Amino acid sequence: MSNAMVKFRKAVLSRSTRRALTSLLVFVLLWELGSRSKAWFGVAMPWVGNIPAPSAVLAAWSKLVGDLGYWQSWYMSTLRVLAGFIAAMLIGIPLGLMMAVSRTFNDITFPTFEVLRPIPPLAWVPASILFWPTQELSITFVTFLGAFFTVVINVVGGAKSIDIRYFQSAQAMGASQWDIFRRIVLPGTLPSIVVGASVGMGITWNVVVAAEMISGGGGGQSGGSGGGLGYFIWNSYVGGSYEQIVVGMISIGIAGYLCSEGLRRAGILFTPWLRSR
Amino acid sequence: MTATTTGNPAAQAGATKPVIDAGEIELADVSKSYGAEGFAKEVVRDCSFLIERGKLTVMIGPSGCGKSTLIRLLAGFEKPDSGTIKIDGKTVSGPGRDRLVLFQETALFPWMTTFENIMYGPTARGEGGEQSRAQAAFLLDKVGLTAFRDKYPTQLSGGMQRRAELARAMINNPRVMILDEPFRGLDAMSKELMWEYYASLYEESRRTNFFVTTDIDEAIFLADRILIMTNAPARVRAVIEIDVPRPRRLVDIVNNERANEVKMQALSLLHEEAMKSFAGGSKAAADFVEAYSKRMTRAKPQ
Repeated sequence: MSNAMVKFRKAVLSRSTRRALTSLLVFVLLWELGSRSKAWFGVAMPWVGNIPAPSAVLAAWSKLVGDLGYWQSWYMSTLRVLAGFIAAMLIGIPLGLMMAVSRTFNDITFPTFEVLRPIPPLAWVPASILFWPTQELSITFVTFLGAFFTVVINVVGGAKSIDIRYFQSAQAMGASQWDIFRRIVLPGTLPSIVVGASVGMGITWNVVVAAEMISGGGGGQSGGSGGGLGYFIWNSYVGGSYEQIVVGMISIGIAGYLCSEGLRRAGILFTPWLRSR
Repeated sequence: MTATTTGNPAAQAGATKPVIDAGEIELADVSKSYGAEGFAKEVVRDCSFLIERGKLTVMIGPSGCGKSTLIRLLAGFEKPDSGTIKIDGKTVSGPGRDRLVLFQETALFPWMTTFENIMYGPTARGEGGEQSRAQAAFLLDKVGLTAFRDKYPTQLSGGMQRRAELARAMINNPRVMILDEPFRGLDAMSKELMWEYYASLYEESRRTNFFVTTDIDEAIFLADRILIMTNAPARVRAVIEIDVPRPRRLVDIVNNERANEVKMQALSLLHEEAMKSFAGGSKAAADFVEAYSKRMTRAKPQ
């Protein structure tokens, strides 16, 4: 057996991989069993019986793969998440850095920030629909709020916890305020920015789906195809195609996972000093 | 004692070695206390001493005697309540590159490689050109870290981190280097290695160095002059000149009669001060008193 082969086998058959596969398999199996019978080993499980079986979900999914409307939903939700997330980063990072660096700025902005922060993003939905001219903008705005507060809080916390000796050393070596900001504060805050971004991204997916359900999916011209995955689920529920509800749910799970994984990789790229120990 | 220089060929050194401009710091009647009025604790009182030009001055005193406060004052991170601190006749008004500090724990920037860390000062001042880079490479070689130039601080051992920091400070060519128990926490082997590295760096440059420690062996091996401090509030209790010739190597100092003589003298002074803080309830002082009595009984038969 070649060396590469051994490596491949080790990767596929490693203990963790085996455990992950077993767990998934058992989960799907129990689900399938539950949805086919009203009772598990004599114990009545009525609620499981109302959920479509994984086999049925898979069948519905295979039909949807060729459907442009389904992919349109993916596209719309992803677009809103990215727009809201990027806006949150672009506004949240400078704001957080300014709050951390300037005492005056912090004194002025922090009270307002702290009053707005506990308001759940979904509570903003009605006001946001009234305020913004288009449905699309109001959904994106709510998505933005989901990530914004988390990003700011993380940036402020990260920048404030930088060791004071770094500033003293830099200052003693003749660094200007700008140089200290650029080469000490910014990289020193980066790990917290990465954490804020990944937590914020998770909240963004939570929020976008709910916002799409409540607002009716935004500017969907052709029967909900512009509505995103949240609206896709809601529409399937109203239309009675229960398999599609589950397809929508799993789709969101996959989309969220892909976004987190992408961010994790980007985070490693931006903070090379953290992985090399 | 045979004096062999371990310096690099003059040709290589000539291009990169900076001209050493050694400074002199004078403290006159410096006092500093902390805490609110009425509850203030006086940490330094009427402290005066001279950090002589081109010499390695070591300050030693019982734990918690105010040595770290003195360092913060010298560095300019804090201002004295009264008295003056002057470097080459000019009053110290804040941190500056003429007095660089090596802290007790590493202050290397974790997000920069060894080389980037050393280049921080020159780059920050807009002097990051070829000459500085060559000098950084020269210093990397001096502290034995050429193979680690592109590693991050977390990838270096404790001793390597201290050496990288020495290089980072020296590239700025400070008039005075201030070191606050820099080798504390290193294991015994790395510590002795660091002593030799540090001593040879000093012997080559003859820059003014001010070194704070609680370790008597470290003090005697490194110092030209030892300042023995009183228990808090800190003042200079005694000054001992160590006239053991340089370059020094550990093997030489262990068997040096003069060094052992100075050690006994310093220990008995420190013992008195430790007894005072022991009476004041200091746990660290209790440890010192115990270690001291053991050491004296071991030393006597000779």
